[in-house]
Amino acid sequence: MIFKMFPAAELEDLFALLAVNRIIGPISKGLNKDGHELFDFDHVTDFSHLKIAYTQTIHSAKKFCLPHHEETSTFTFTGDDWQKEVDFGAHQPLVLFGLHPCDINSLNKLDKVLMDSIYPNPFYGAKRQNMLIIGHSCTPQPACFCQSMGTDTVLAGCDLFLTLLGDDYFAEVHSSRAYHLLEQLDCWEPGAKDHARFRASIEKRSDSFTNTVDTSDLTKILDMEFASQVWQQWGERCLSCGTCAQVCPTCYCYGIEEKVDMDLSRAVKNKQLYSCNLIDFAEVAGGHNFRPESHTRLKYRYYHKHRGFVEAFEEALCTGCGRCGTSCLAGITVPEVIASVRGGSHDA
Amino acid sequence: MTTKQTFLGVNVPKPRVAFFELSSCEGCQLQILNNEATLLDFLSMVEIVTFREGMTEKSDEYDVAFVEGCITRKDEEQRLLTIRKNAGLVVALGSCACFGGVNQLKNRFNDLNWVKKEVYGDHPIDTQEAKPISTLIDVDLEIYGCPIKKEEVEDIVVNLILGKSIDHPKYPVCMECKAKSNICLFDLGEPCLGPITRAGCDAWCPSSRLGCWGCRGPAPEANIKQLLHICNEREIPMERVMDRLECFGGFSESIEQLRRTEGR
Repeated sequence: MIFKMFPAAELEDLFALLAVNRIIGPISKGLNKDGHELFDFDHVTDFSHLKIAYTQTIHSAKKFCLPHHEETSTFTFTGDDWQKEVDFGAHQPLVLFGLHPCDINSLNKLDKVLMDSIYPNPFYGAKRQNMLIIGHSCTPQPACFCQSMGTDTVLAGCDLFLTLLGDDYFAEVHSSRAYHLLEQLDCWEPGAKDHARFRASIEKRSDSFTNTVDTSDLTKILDMEFASQVWQQWGERCLSCGTCAQVCPTCYCYGIEEKVDMDLSRAVKNKQLYSCNLIDFAEVAGGHNFRPESHTRLKYRYYHKHRGFVEAFEEALCTGCGRCGTSCLAGITVPEVIASVRGGSHDA
Repeated sequence: MTTKQTFLGVNVPKPRVAFFELSSCEGCQLQILNNEATLLDFLSMVEIVTFREGMTEKSDEYDVAFVEGCITRKDEEQRLLTIRKNAGLVVALGSCACFGGVNQLKNRFNDLNWVKKEVYGDHPIDTQEAKPISTLIDVDLEIYGCPIKKEEVEDIVVNLILGKSIDHPKYPVCMECKAKSNICLFDLGEPCLGPITRAGCDAWCPSSRLGCWGCRGPAPEANIKQLLHICNEREIPMERVMDRLECFGGFSESIEQLRRTEGR
């Protein structure tokens, strides 16, 4: 691994170097009712709008390679003939500027399903491979439990990872593209003193997590607690609104709908991200619904993320970003649900 | 005059369509006319034979009747029965036709004579309890919303012509709101019925930072009890939430049940 240092003030120069492309970064969305600033990822054209010291964005960055709505193909009809056009939607390179470790790791998890599987998804892959990702260190928030999920640090999946050390950035160079970018800044090779600062910084961060999930033997415990009453208790609270999946950086389930234009000369096949918590998620042809009750749907969301995916990929389909719990109006959080399941008879 | 239209070389019907209004503001019909960008396409897909908001001509020969508004008068009952007799397919257009709409707010008063007196004074008028049209006739299809969303009506009409199934979204407004990356209204301290209201409006109101009023009625899974608890936790006065739940009539059954069980 190549490490570099550069003055924090030069982040603006890095931004300017990349600004020939479309830059996606954290921006402010205003204040909530308690006066706390809300953040989200969006296009940034002006460096002063980039909120690099953001806490957590409401939505993840997945929508830039896995949009909520996507036209997967269009059909044009002439007489009784038709032509199909497919557009993967990767029209321009994107720079994701300032992603936290959880969000970089979430893209790595999505890659395993959507790019590295037997049937790769070209709509995802085309956009995903047309990205440059600059990671940025973060301060653990009360809802964050990435440390428990092993996603609090970045080993791969970005071009550059920046850790703020006072007035300087400690840069981990993950790609040649990033190396050449840094050549244009006033960088220096970190010395022993810089290494010590970096190590002190990551230690301090590691110690500052306040939220945890006990994942040890979780796949087995989930199997044992399949019939646990706690699922019913959480199900009673669940609004079945799909918000958790919408804000989740790793949920990728979807539905397909075909739509014909009014002049009957064109049709589109639309893909829409869906949620396993929605009432008709497990409804099949003929009308039978395998999971008509909200607690069964909620349970399967946990089984997919913390059991099935772990057995298939040796990691959970959860990065511990805490967004689902933060956005859930009913206050259903992963740490509390898993603690209650582990406890067996915990009050939900 | 009916011109043929085809889809992939196969003839498809061009239905004769009529629009009617009972007690309503006729805003849903205006929505149909509002979207000039697609109006001509809409007009070439169907043959409109009766449409008071847009034309003078009238006809009793139609395949599809779109009925806006609820029943509040005796003569409307007679009109509705005639429409049902004439039409192959009756579509309830908008929340008034589906649930009674804003008009059903008057049903909350125990003494309807008092209501009549209060509103119309000494001018006698034939008005009764506001009822959705399904209380009198069989309704083949309901299109929700106050007002309806033109794009949704267009999609439904295309599917009708092509013989495709017509499926309303079963998820609540939150799905559409989140897809638009809106800030949750609850984060801003506002009540919102989005988590329990049937989607399809593309989160119209929340996208303008106005919490949902539930005009499309409850989603198939509507955890109203939990939503009331959430509002209570956030110190949102219950009257504000009940105002919304009662506004369009879609939640009237659930409210009745709540009243019985919890004495609200």
